[in-house]
Amino acid sequence: MIKVKDISKHFGKVKAVDTISFEVQEQENLILLGTSGCGKTTTLKMINRLIEPTSGSIFINGKNIADEQPETLRRGIGYVLQNNGLFPHYTVAENIAVVPQLLKWDKKKIADRTAELMEKLHLSSDYLHAYPNELSGGQQQRIGLARALVSDPPVLLMDEPFGALDNVTRASIHKEFKALDELKRKTIIMVTHDVQEAFELGDRICLMDKGKIIQSGTPTDLLFSPPNNFVKDFLKDQRLQLEFKAIRLLDIWDLLPDLHKTDQSPTISANTNLWTGLEQFKFTDSETISISKDQNEIKIIGFEQLMSAFNQYKNKQGHE
Amino acid sequence: MNEHQQTLLEFMQQQADKLAVQTMQHIGLTFISLFFAVLIGLPLGIVIARKRQLSGSVLGFAGVLQTIPSIALLGFMIPLLGIGPKPAIVALLLYALLPIIRNTYTGITGVDAAVKEAATAMGMSKWQILFKVELPLAMPVILAGIRTATVINVGVATLASFIAAGGLGEFIFGGISLNNTNMILAGAIPAALLAIIFDFLLSLVQKLNFRKLKRSSYALPIVLLLLSSFYFIPTAYGSKLTAGFTPEFMGRQDGNLGLESKYGLKIHTIVISDAVMYKAAYQKELDVISGYSTDGRLKAYGLVVLDDDKGIFPPYYAAPIVRNDALKKFPELERTLNLLSGKINDSVMTDLNYRTDYLHQSPERVAKDFLVNHKLFKPARKANEENIVRIGSKIFGEQYILANMYSMLIKGYTNYDVSTKTGLGGTKICFDALTNNQIDFYPEYTGTGLLAILQASSKTINEVTKNKDSTYNYVQREFKKQYQISWLKPIGFNNAYALMMREQQAKSLNIKTISNLKRYLNSK
Repeated sequence: MIKVKDISKHFGKVKAVDTISFEVQEQENLILLGTSGCGKTTTLKMINRLIEPTSGSIFINGKNIADEQPETLRRGIGYVLQNNGLFPHYTVAENIAVVPQLLKWDKKKIADRTAELMEKLHLSSDYLHAYPNELSGGQQQRIGLARALVSDPPVLLMDEPFGALDNVTRASIHKEFKALDELKRKTIIMVTHDVQEAFELGDRICLMDKGKIIQSGTPTDLLFSPPNNFVKDFLKDQRLQLEFKAIRLLDIWDLLPDLHKTDQSPTISANTNLWTGLEQFKFTDSETISISKDQNEIKIIGFEQLMSAFNQYKNKQGHE
Repeated sequence: MNEHQQTLLEFMQQQADKLAVQTMQHIGLTFISLFFAVLIGLPLGIVIARKRQLSGSVLGFAGVLQTIPSIALLGFMIPLLGIGPKPAIVALLLYALLPIIRNTYTGITGVDAAVKEAATAMGMSKWQILFKVELPLAMPVILAGIRTATVINVGVATLASFIAAGGLGEFIFGGISLNNTNMILAGAIPAALLAIIFDFLLSLVQKLNFRKLKRSSYALPIVLLLLSSFYFIPTAYGSKLTAGFTPEFMGRQDGNLGLESKYGLKIHTIVISDAVMYKAAYQKELDVISGYSTDGRLKAYGLVVLDDDKGIFPPYYAAPIVRNDALKKFPELERTLNLLSGKINDSVMTDLNYRTDYLHQSPERVAKDFLVNHKLFKPARKANEENIVRIGSKIFGEQYILANMYSMLIKGYTNYDVSTKTGLGGTKICFDALTNNQIDFYPEYTGTGLLAILQASSKTINEVTKNKDSTYNYVQREFKKQYQISWLKPIGFNNAYALMMREQQAKSLNIKTISNLKRYLNSK
């Protein structure tokens, strides 16, 4: 759906982005990951033409964005910023209504859509007439998200959207983010320097360094088939946790034996990751957990079985 | 002098009409110029916020304007725009420009970059970003600039009265030249109050929250225009002719007050400094001015004096005043000085002044030419160095000419030697020099003797100023009694306050006297 082809951006002699290409499929969530100054934000801003590339081209749905009016292009792309960028002189309702007003929606439609989003984002309608500085950081970020989503654009660009939030708030917003149905329909490109966040939210990750893409692939690709030491080193510190989060129970399904016991705890889906499985032991205080695959096949397993399957899977990946 | 010292409050009550008019003009001047300053400064500030490479030169230029002394700036305006409100408004506008440009620039460049980026990313055009994001967010800073400009303008607008633009400066500067404290305060206190009130009101606007600010920013231009229109309310009662009077003339009984009370003259009047008054009459910006009847510019600019048929201007006939002991010491002096008596009338004196002031001939040459033409000139005799007559003169052209004539006459007709001490400041310095035996005589005016030296009571003034002889007789008698000083025979001319008009206009309207003028103004 989005195709980035050989784009570069030079600021004077500095090559902020150096001939990179990637594609994003429809409804995919692509993460641009890297340290500060790696060119990830510059890459993102070239997609809605906040920055014009020095060379190369970008296509959305097969159309070269350089041929479009920048204003028209941007109205069709949602954008969320790290420091939310809410207008301090607009109320929450007015902030959310900015794009609809540019698109000349009628009042009723704007009000209905605003109410719908407020509810989905768990924001009380009392806040509609408040000003951004009267809200907490988490609430402000939700409003920023609502503003980007209000006209239901097919593409969403997010520049470190949760970067300014504390860990607790961030974790809860991550959860909402994953649960939000509106986001599941969208093609999202998100910039972050937070490896955990990238692995948690991304379908695919582009790891960038010095203006180039070092590796592009699924979280498991990054973990188990790194092309060089840079990728390995980048993930080293949080490797175990990342592995637990990257590996889905489905990936190790064949390695799991069924204990054929009875288990009273609620069944979890095989689509969730290993981390969720481990948490299940803690939550239920039980020796075993039950996992269902495609609603019909159920396995009851214990902690040792799970860890042994995990180790077998890792060994296999390493030897491929 | 007045029997009863007038209080400030009484003065303000008595002058309530004028005070109201001046206050309205002051507010009007302040806000017209402010309005245009916003009109120019705001877009300029926006432009330099967009093109930052221009900001240095634009802000620098506006800063230089700010450093020009206000009086000088007003002076520069006169050759370009003449007198009246136009040059005053332009000068005030230039002063108000810097704070408005600078604060607009600072306000817009200070808007959070993330907010601007968000606005761009949501698909707003440049203009939408300007009007919906940048300007509203910069508004508190811009308002602070407008607030500064307002206070500056209220202050500088007091100077507008120098170039006939009105305002509270009329009272302030009139009061200074009349040494009338009540008058100064009647102008200065309202001016200070205006500055404080507008500053306070604008501080309230500045503190409004965004929601109310949005509404008030629409109201602001309307309020500005409304306040600007104050300037035109007083002038809306136009009359056929426009008069320009000096601040001093405005406040004097033997000036505008007398014109109003004795003649009932009601004319649209603007206050102006005498430095530019004559020229403004010549350039048809003014029709009637208050001048001095023997001023050389009268001739230079083709003006005529209107006859003071009801005698409100006290006579200022010139005559030499001599210490009595000098008359004894130099027995031939009186006869010699009286040679000039009756020889110089108003128009002759005006012509002589015209030669020195306008043609820049030396007073010596003018004096000699005159004496030669009137067959009074004799070459200098051999002088006896024991007997030196000391001549004094005040510090203006007419007195220099007279001093030169007397010097030549004394040298030609007697054996006395002469020393001249010209340029003795004002009346007080000259007169003190005479009484302290520093000089022997100098030319003085009857009106000055009556008002400035004798400081006669208003009752006496009314009595003795009815005609020129009674004034002369009164001062002659009193000087002899109080100072042992003699008034010799009058030279002939009367250098008094006078109303004057362009000769051509006066002729075509058939106006010869002040009563004629009044009749013309009253005829519809």
